[in-house]
Order: sequence, then C-alpha cells, then structure tokens
Amino acid sequence: MPTKNKIDRSKLMSVLWEIQRKKRCIGHDDISKVAQKFNMSRMELEGVVTFYHFYHKLDCGKFTIYLNDCIVSQFSGREKIQKTFEKATGVKVGHVSEDKMFGLFKTPCIGLSDQEPACLINFQPFINLTPEKVISIIAQLKNGKKPSEICDTPKSTIHYTPPKNKTVFFKPYTCFSSLKQLHKHSPEEIIDLVKESKLAGRGGAFFPTGLKWQFCRQNKSDVKYIICNADEGEPGTFKDRVLLEEHPELLIEGMIYAAYSVGASHGSIYLRAEYRYLVSKLEVILDDYRKKGYLGKGIKAKIPFDFDIYIHLGAGAYICGEETALIHSMEGKRGEPGTKEYFPVEKGFKGKPTIVNNVETLCAVPRIFEMGVDKWLQLGTEKTPGTKLLSVSGDCENKGIFEIEWGMNMQEFLKLVGAKNPKMIQFSGPSGDCLSEVDFNRNISGEDLICGGSVMIFNDQRDLMYILKSYSNFFVEESCGICVPCRTGNFLLNKKIDKLLLGHAEKKDLVDIIEWSKIIKTTSRCGLGQMSSNSLNDAIQKFPEIFERSLSENTDFNRAFNLDHAIEEYDKIINEMTSDYE
Amino acid sequence: MNKMVNLRLDGKTIKAQSGKNLVDVAKENGIYIPTLCYFRELNPLGTCRICTVKLNGKHTTGCTVKVADDMEVEVNTPELLDNRKAIIEMLYAEGNHFCPTCEKSGNCDMQNLAYDMGLTVTRYPHVFSDKIVDFNPKRMIMESNRCILCKRCVEEIKTKAGKDVFSFVQRGIKTRVHIDYEQEDKLSESEALHAMNICPVGAILVKGMIHEQPFGDRKYDLLGKNIIPKLLNSQVRKNENEKFIVATTSLAGCFGCHMSLLDIDTDILDIIEIVEFNKSPLTDIKSFTKQCHIGLIEGGCANSENVHVLQEFRKKCDILVAFGECAIMGGIPAMRNFVPLQECLEEAYLNGVTTEIGANVVPGHEDIPKLLNNVYPCNEVVKIDYYIPGCPPNAHHIWKVVKSILLGEEFSITHDEFKYD
Ligand SMILES: Cc1cc2nc3c(=O)[nH]c(=O)nc-3n(C[C@H](O)[C@H](O)[C@H](O)COP(=O)(O)O)c2cc1C
Ligand code: SF4
Repeated sequence: MPTKNKIDRSKLMSVLWEIQRKKRCIGHDDISKVAQKFNMSRMELEGVVTFYHFYHKLDCGKFTIYLNDCIVSQFSGREKIQKTFEKATGVKVGHVSEDKMFGLFKTPCIGLSDQEPACLINFQPFINLTPEKVISIIAQLKNGKKPSEICDTPKSTIHYTPPKNKTVFFKPYTCFSSLKQLHKHSPEEIIDLVKESKLAGRGGAFFPTGLKWQFCRQNKSDVKYIICNADEGEPGTFKDRVLLEEHPELLIEGMIYAAYSVGASHGSIYLRAEYRYLVSKLEVILDDYRKKGYLGKGIKAKIPFDFDIYIHLGAGAYICGEETALIHSMEGKRGEPGTKEYFPVEKGFKGKPTIVNNVETLCAVPRIFEMGVDKWLQLGTEKTPGTKLLSVSGDCENKGIFEIEWGMNMQEFLKLVGAKNPKMIQFSGPSGDCLSEVDFNRNISGEDLICGGSVMIFNDQRDLMYILKSYSNFFVEESCGICVPCRTGNFLLNKKIDKLLLGHAEKKDLVDIIEWSKIIKTTSRCGLGQMSSNSLNDAIQKFPEIFERSLSENTDFNRAFNLDHAIEEYDKIINEMTSDYE
Repeated sequence: MNKMVNLRLDGKTIKAQSGKNLVDVAKENGIYIPTLCYFRELNPLGTCRICTVKLNGKHTTGCTVKVADDMEVEVNTPELLDNRKAIIEMLYAEGNHFCPTCEKSGNCDMQNLAYDMGLTVTRYPHVFSDKIVDFNPKRMIMESNRCILCKRCVEEIKTKAGKDVFSFVQRGIKTRVHIDYEQEDKLSESEALHAMNICPVGAILVKGMIHEQPFGDRKYDLLGKNIIPKLLNSQVRKNENEKFIVATTSLAGCFGCHMSLLDIDTDILDIIEIVEFNKSPLTDIKSFTKQCHIGLIEGGCANSENVHVLQEFRKKCDILVAFGECAIMGGIPAMRNFVPLQECLEEAYLNGVTTEIGANVVPGHEDIPKLLNNVYPCNEVVKIDYYIPGCPPNAHHIWKVVKSILLGEEFSITHDEFKYD
C-alpha cells in the first residue's frame, strides 16, 4: 500500500466546508486540487461531495436560504413563506438567482420544529417567519446586512420539568462540580456506576451505556475515541439542540467521564451543519475547560489522563446519525453505514475502539453522579430510571421541550402539551410509531411506549396520507443508496402512497405495501431501511378507514394508469409543431 | 489454527473453524447461500443483501457473519427464500435488464441467479432507470442502468498508486458508479478485463472485448439444465364439449411472437381440434364476436390504440396471457422510454437517416393513435393472469402453457424452454 506520508482524511470535510463557505461552491478545479492534496482520485472525492446535500458543485448564492421541508413546517404555513421568498428573491426553490445573490433550497427538518416556519440563511437561524418578516429579511440582506447581524436566537422553550427534586437535566449546574468523582473513582468504578444506573442510549437504540463503555474498555488499543452524536436528524427532534444551548458543560463533562472510563484520548462532537450557529459558543466553553485543566494533557484524576475535544461539522445527511455512517463521515468518506461485521467499540474511527453516544446520554452522566445513583434509580420506572427529554411540536398549545419522568401516562402528557383534538401522534419521529387513540392510555416508558425524543402531534384536520407521503419522501431522499431494499424499496412504497393519494389504489396495493415493507425491514443493512416503513404499516393498522377510503374498487383495470395523462405530452408536442407550420 | 466450533445450520449440527465465513462454511456443508456481491472473504461488502439469513432469530447477511460456537442459523425457510427472490426481482425492476440485448448475457451472475430461482416476472413495477451510459473512458463503457451497486469494482480495482478508478457518486436512488477517466487510463488491459469480469452484471464493459466469448459458450450457459420450476395451480375450466375460444393480438411488438406461434407447424391440426380462434391476426377477424376463454397479448402499450385494444381484450377474455418480453416488461420498444418523446418523433419523421430530405411534418391527426409518454408493460394497464417470457417464446412452449391453462392441467417448464440467450 503506497501510503508514504499518511494523509489524515478526517480533515477532508472541514477543508470542503472552507471552500464551500468562501467560494459558495466546490467547483471542478477545487475538487481536482483537494483530491490531489488528499491523494484521492477525482471521482472518489466527487463521490464524497455529492453525498452531502450542503456541499454544492454549482454556486449556491451569496445568501443560501434553506427552507425546512418537514411536515410540521408544512402544516405551519411553509407554503406561503416559500412563495414570499420566491417572490422577494426572484428565484424558485432549488435555484440560484442570476446575479448569484440568493440561492433557495429545501432541506429536511432543521431542528426548530417548535418555532416553525423557520429557515437557515447561511446557516444562521430565522424563526417564526411571516410573509412580512421574510420581505424585511430579504430587503435587509439586499441592503448589505449580514445574516449573522439580523438572525434570531432560537428560544429554548422548556415547558415542563418534573417537581423540583426530580428534575435531572434542566436545573442550574455549577461547572466542574461533578468532576470530583474523577478523584474518587477508578475508571472501572465509573463504568460500574454507569451500569448500575441502567442508563441506556438516548439516540433511539437504548443500548445500555455502561455496557458499551465496558466493551470499549476491554478492547486494548493505543488510541481510543469518544464521539458525541449531535447529528439530531430525526424530524421533529430538537432536544439535543436545547441541551447544547443550555447545558453544554454537561456534555463536555459526560465526554470526560467516558474518556476516563474507557481510556480514550480524543473526543469529537459530530455536530449537524444545521446547528453551525452553536459552534462559536461551544468553542468558548471548550476553551474554558482547557484553561481550567479539565481538557488537554494530564487531566487530574485518580489516574491522570489526556483528553481533548474537537468539533466536527456534518454537511447534511440524515444517515450520518447512524453511528457507523457517522464514523465513515468523520473519516472523510461517504456517510454509508458499515456492515456490522464489527461494532464501533471494536473497530470504529480509524479502525480503533470508539464510543458513540448521543448528547442526552452523555449529559445524563454528570447529573447522575451529582445526584447519586440511588436517587436517580428512584426516578422513572424499573427498566428506564430517570427522566426523558421530549421535543414536542405540531398541533398543540405548548410546543417545546418536556422533561418528563419515565412512566408518565400518555393522557396526562397530552394534557400537559395542550394537544387539540389529537388524531395521530408520531412518536420517535417518522421511523418510530404512529399512535392513535388506542394508545392514549399507555405509559411512556421502557416497559411500554419508548420514545427517542420526537413527538409530533396531528389533529383531526390533518390529511394522514399527506403526512405519510412526506415521511416517505424523507426516506427516499435520505437513503444512502447502498442496499437495494431501502434504496428502491422506499421509492416503490412512495409510488404506492401516490396511488393512494390519487385514489387509484386497490386492496392489492395495501397487501403489497405490507409484504414489501417486511422485505425491506428484514433485508436492509441499517436502521434507516429497517424502520422506514414503520409508520406506514402502523397507520394501515390503526387507521384502516382512511386507507379504505383511498381505494378504488377492485377491478380488472389498473387505475394507476391514466390514458389522458399518458398522451398529454404527445398532444402538447403535436400542437406546438402543427402551429409552427402556419 | 483456529479452534473448531459447533453450530446449527437449518437444524443440522455442523463443525467448523471458528471465525470462518458463514457462506463458505455453509457451502462446505452442502447448504447453498446465494450471493451476488460476495467475492472474497476479507472485508465482505454486504451490499446486495441476497445472502440474508436468520442468525439466532435475527436477520443479517450471511457474508458478514463469522461462525462461532452455538450459533443457530436458518438459511432456507420459505420467508428467507422469498426474501432472496424479492431482492433479485427488485434489482430487475430497478435497472434496465434487457437480457436479449445485453452483451453480458450468459456470463451474468444475476441472470444466473434469476434462472436459478425460476424468476419469470418481477412483483415490482419497473422503475425504467434513466441513468447515463458513459462511453467517455478510454477503454470501458459504464452502463449505469444495469449496475446493481454491489461495490465490487469500487473496492477491488485500484491503480498502481492505490487510487480508486470506480467511485459511488450521489446518494439514495440516484447513486451510481462513475469512472475516473484519468485513473482508468492508467489501468492495464488485464486490469480492465478483470473489472469487467468481476462485475456481476453487464454494467462494466471493455470496448472491443465484449463479444470475445460467443453466446452459448458462456459461464452459465450450460448450468441449470435440470432445474424444474415450481408448478403453477392453474384455473380449472370446464369443457362443455365446445371448443375453447382464443383471441390474440400484437400491440407494440414486432409480430415475432406471432411468427413463433405459427412455428407449431402441423401440430396446429391437433390444436384446432380443441380451439377456435376469434379476433386475431391469424384469422383476420377484426372485432370480437363473442366472449373468449383466453387472450394472448404480444407487445406492450406504446400508443392510445394499444391501450384501447388491451382494455377490450381484458373485457372480452376471461384469462389474459402476456407472452414475450415486450408484453411483460415493454421490451425493445420500451428502450425509447429513456429518450424524450419529442426527440423520438423528430428522429423518426424529421432528422432520421431514412426520412426524406426536406421532411418537415410530424404526422398528427385525430385518426392517428397518440403515442404515450412511455411504453408500458401490459400489467401496468390491465390485470394480466399469466406471463410467458421469451423473445420470442418457443411455439411448443406457448401451446403447452395455453393448453394446460385451458384444460386446467398442472404443468412444468423445463429450463431449456424458458432460457433464451
Ligand atoms: C438512520 C439512523 C439515524 C440515527 N440518527 C441519530 C441521531 O441523529 N442522533 C443520535 O444520537 N443517534 C442517532 N442514531 C442512533 C445511533 O446509531 C446510535 O445508536 C447512537 O448514536 C448511540 O448513542 P446512544 O447509545 O447514546 O443512544 C441513528 C440511527 C439510525 C439507524
Ligand atoms: S438501509 Fe438504506 S440507509 Fe441503511 S445502508 Fe441500506 S441503503 Fe443505506
């Protein structure tokens, strides 16, 4: 292998960001130059660039506007906002104005579901948009203002925390205070405490955190890595954003604990590009920790250790939230999930043992040490002690963050959020569960209804089929494309939903959906494919009447075929041509 | 030397070396796990998903499993067999696999697997992929519409300096393999051939080397002779001492299937004993005079008249059989689905080499059938009960199928009867 002087591919994404930010695109020549620098073939680099939708090969405008394409945004009036943007900037969505001033694009959920309609302009947030506000923003930009001068500060709306002594996350915290434990306990003891606390991954998979750390510790290696997964891509989730805004110090201390326990020296926060506005604040706090000696060389502890944390910026790909895809992305590759031949704790970042943990998981660790494991275990339920952060959006009074104690009844929860005529509740995002009335008596806990963090509430006026179509679009757009069941299976399911939307579907189509979903679920490589058809199948089961309504009667004719539609193009051509003769 | 472990494969207890690849272990023990992307034990790719098995009750790909003690593996359950078939069908629906026109036919791993599984038609609608066919590389052609994205070439083919020649670009449904021209130029002749040979389908072709090996003598041409596809349960019909009534038509086809019908020669005399023809080019009866038992459709739908005829056939025939590739998946006419309709018309009537000089009219009149935006397989327009694949299907085969359906007999198809390349 000709690796004379090793080139660190993990710097690739930040180099590409640098170019994208300065030149507003990553052009042909840049690709050639960067490819040479990283000793890659041009096409391999092009493969990386085209994987991430925030990298543009063509100029994306001096001001790049990303409108949120998620369903909550659509229901809060995005259409009107989009039209206003189009009129004010003079470009249609997906295009860039001729003077290269404005580029207007859509992107999946930007983590501001409680403040929709929202958008990002050069990755600065603008929230609660109205047509008037849009016009004024564009006017100011035209007058030479910078987006960073006129952007909003997203609010951290925390609507509910449990009674005072039961709150875990959202209460004041004194920086460095929990780190005392480092002097009291050896790494093994820390792991034992985390295991005892039954803390489980809050990124959605709920894998026991202590066990993960233990596995990583057991794998001997010269270097190990801690990665915080701050990619928060599941539509409707924004709890990690609020944690990063309100309590970044908890995250850093959580990572310090993880590093101490497994013996890692490098830490990274994989931050989704949509949250780029949080970087500068995070950098300041990281510096603070470095100055105080809690990051860097020789951190004081029972067994002193070295550890530092860097921020790695994503570039727009939901799949990079999947831990193996995230690792590939950090290595400067296409963010394709791995084969699961090895777990990250065996061979992760750069082939070394790696821990990937969600923001909320890591933030819980210092809090558990602060309150003591015993007290933590008294909160919540047997299987899931403690509290959980839920990001609530959609048709309800109180959009924002709810810190609830595990075990809360759904009815009670719906009352708290002020849900108005809830018909369907999307629990844990589009890849989670679709809940109907029959579920409203269940409890939110590991024993019953587990939730990753996203709760979207839809009332009885919303068109279920339209919601499902929006989910499906999301999965088609965000599938990495490695395996056929997910890549094409989701595309075909999307077509089936079209048929339902048009009222052309037959009973057979519903049978197809159920059978095809099973195939997609069992043969896809990663969680995206495995879970992408969940809501659709849930919905068929829970709202049969809505699907029944969308069926055309069983007939011998395939109603999806529409002759008028099929000859439309021909008619147009012939009309144009014959009018030419005269 | 690794220690030996015990595991259970489809209920059979076997011994194997710990850490060995499951696909290989199964093979050594007489259990076949089909694969497409798997070609080396080191770093299995796990992209094609065909080797999906159940390991201790959980689905996973066989090629990424290293055997260990006490593993419980299921390989050939009905569910898993159907999953595998479904994936191959999806690959066929996703890309453009027109075997009769493919250079790789007979050397194609996917075609072989499809034959092996007795695949005649896919359960999924065709996507009619419209990706680029890249002729630019010096030595190769990249036909992305046939590519199944197995990643073999990406991982295997590197230049001497270690750079990638093939790379994935884009993502999701748009993902395709793109060749780096500069690096491709650096490959030796044998490296280029190696790339073509490891491609499990006909996506990578080396210019000038495509027909080196004649059809009929290829890798898979002689395999599978003994495969007996599954029996179909046909609809039993009562013979009321009357003849069965058959109608046939050719829509957007070349009449080749009808020509094949006539190849039955003198056996037609036996057929006439039990069958009477109604509307058909064979009888020149232009419109239905009665309800028919069976309708044979050649060709797909390319224009509005095809659609009307097909719909009428559906109404007038109890059972509809699509015969020949064009009826089943659009076939050769469907190759125009990748060219804008306007260009097709201009090529045919204005700019083509056979048009008269100075021609400036694309005929358009209310009496002329209107071209559809795409050529549609019959089953996308009406319900089709049976499919007889082939380009064209063999005469005896067609009649065997028709007779069996009409008489409600079970029948089997031998490998030779539906292998057409
Ligand atoms: C398609 C997909 C997307 C994911 N997105 C995220 C994400 O945005 N944030 C996250 O923390 N975990 C996400 N995960 C889960 C991670 O793979 C992983 O389980 C998690 O980061 C582990 O951390 P935890 O144990 O602390 O939850 C995703 C998983 C899948 C399959
Ligand atoms: S399931 Fe989808 S996202 Fe996951 S690896 Fe396969 S194609 Fe990629």
